[in-house]
Amino acid sequence: MPEKLIELQHITKVFDGVTVLDDVDFYINRNEFITLLGPSGCGKTTTLRILGGFEKPDEGRVLFEGVDITTIPPYKRQLNTVFQRYALFPHMNVFDNIAFGLHINKRPKDEVRQRVMDALRLVDLTGFEYRHVDSLSGGQQQRVAIARAIVNRPQVLLLDEPLAALDLKMRKGMQRELKEMQQQLGITFVYVTHDQEEALTMSDTIVVMNGGVLQQIGPPTSIYNEPKNRFVARFIGESNILDGIMPKDCLVRFGGAEFECVDTGFAPDEAVDVVVRPEDIYIVDEKNGHITGEVISVTFMGMFNEIIVRADDGFEWRIQDTGSRPVGSRVGLIVRPDDIHIMPQPKDSTEAVEVNVFDADAAEEAFAEELEPDPAAMEDKGYDA
Amino acid sequence: MTRKSLSYPYLVWMALFILLPLGLIIYYSVTSDNGGFTLEHFSRFLEKDYLMVLARSLWLALICTVICLLLGYPAAYILASRTLKRANMLLVLFLLPMWMNFLLRTYAWAFLLERGGIIYTFLQKIGISDPPPMLNTQGAIVLGMVYNFLPFMVLPIYTALSKMDHHLVEAAYDLGATPVRVFGKITLPLSMPGVISGITMVFMPSASTFVISKLLGGGKQMLIGDLIESQFTIYRNWHFGSAVSIVLMLFILLSMRMVNGASEADLDRGKSREKRRRRA
Repeated sequence: MPEKLIELQHITKVFDGVTVLDDVDFYINRNEFITLLGPSGCGKTTTLRILGGFEKPDEGRVLFEGVDITTIPPYKRQLNTVFQRYALFPHMNVFDNIAFGLHINKRPKDEVRQRVMDALRLVDLTGFEYRHVDSLSGGQQQRVAIARAIVNRPQVLLLDEPLAALDLKMRKGMQRELKEMQQQLGITFVYVTHDQEEALTMSDTIVVMNGGVLQQIGPPTSIYNEPKNRFVARFIGESNILDGIMPKDCLVRFGGAEFECVDTGFAPDEAVDVVVRPEDIYIVDEKNGHITGEVISVTFMGMFNEIIVRADDGFEWRIQDTGSRPVGSRVGLIVRPDDIHIMPQPKDSTEAVEVNVFDADAAEEAFAEELEPDPAAMEDKGYDA
Repeated sequence: MTRKSLSYPYLVWMALFILLPLGLIIYYSVTSDNGGFTLEHFSRFLEKDYLMVLARSLWLALICTVICLLLGYPAAYILASRTLKRANMLLVLFLLPMWMNFLLRTYAWAFLLERGGIIYTFLQKIGISDPPPMLNTQGAIVLGMVYNFLPFMVLPIYTALSKMDHHLVEAAYDLGATPVRVFGKITLPLSMPGVISGITMVFMPSASTFVISKLLGGGKQMLIGDLIESQFTIYRNWHFGSAVSIVLMLFILLSMRMVNGASEADLDRGKSREKRRRRA
């Protein structure tokens, strides 16, 4: 049974009249790797700073092991932070940087030395203890920042986009190392990133945020497979998002055809958003496809080809496939029932506006779709399943 | 044009207006009227009265520097604090007196401090029947120096503090340091370069000033600046004046060397510890 370690209760934060966090409410379990994911300006860093004690929420409370710590200053919290730009002390060498927290807590000299050396070993920097921090590479500085935080054995480690400044290869390696470190140390990690792939590979739980509003919380698989709304679907991986109608349970109509699906619980003929991941679409001969269209581009992406197919109703499908089809050829598309993800459509325009922050094109599209209700939906009103 | 050739005008300037005068001063200081080599000007300076003048100058400059540091650091700290709105306007207010003529500013203090002046009258009004003389004291000189040179302390410290990465302060808080310890372990050490330039920029003009001591000290407190000035303007003894200048220059160089040495020792503590450890 997971144990709640931190609870954020109805956190609201306003900076200069702009609401950066709007009633954010979730909890963090002990020993969990939880990731706050969202585009820049979504409030994820502010959430982390509230956890660290660097900002105070205008409304709401933060509980740590059931105790209200909302107004406790950072130096009295059992959390340590790895800052985005590392924030290593430039007037100290690697050893003194890492030992800073232990010196502050007046640990005996032998213990300090032992623990600093252990931390250096953990981040693979043995032998660097007397180097000046300016002489280290970005990746090494990053490791020092992590060592400086974990040497204090905090209950929770807060990481603010710690890998953002590293190159791709180094980032991949550090992702794996961080995850291993978290499991080895048994520390709760609260990780902030805008990189959805990083979030998916590392996290136990992902918190998707946008415009200061919590969009969805869940394990990576459910965030990826069952996005709750258009924003999450668009932000987590590439997706084909279409308007659809649910005539009845387990049947959805979109893209000019009817498909079996696995979703239930919608009102008859309810208008829905349909998400199909690009890797879940199969290209077949034209006569065998549910949907037919013309290949308009093929891009080699390394592991797969990205193929764009313009369906006969004009929708451009994004497909990832290891095979290829010549541009201009007629093809059919097949989608399996359990690869069709159905989400209720947003009730008001706020969610469409929120998309705007991240992707202007998407917002425009969303607006247009909302302004023009699907004529098919109008006609079919009153149909009873 | 190469970059090297661009530097020629500066080299010429330096040769004409820095090296040449310096050479002349050295030349005058070791020659007598008939042009022969002599060290008599330096040995003359070893007389007790002259040494007293030197000691007094260095002492007052030291007091002035310490007061400027004690006043200037908190001021710079407040000006550089991130929560402060309109910090720029406050900074301008701080520097505003500097836009006024130096002599005028110092004269103004003479009028404020003199017997029967504004402060004197005020003290009488609040019940002090016979206020002690304020003008023509060492205190007045120090006051004048602090007033005139304080911005030179505030500005470099302010620059050092405002350039500092605020995340370092947050990181120290995060690691458990209380505000007092953050100041002692992070903010103060990282602002030391500013403190050093501040000390240099206040100590040097304080040690060599002559106008302030003349206007506010009434000529009763002769400083080394006054001594040099009088040798050149009144007694026309350029040789002795030059020798005193050289002595003053040496003392200032020596004090700056000490200040820098102390701060380097402070900053390099980590490095020297590293060396000791390696040797061990």
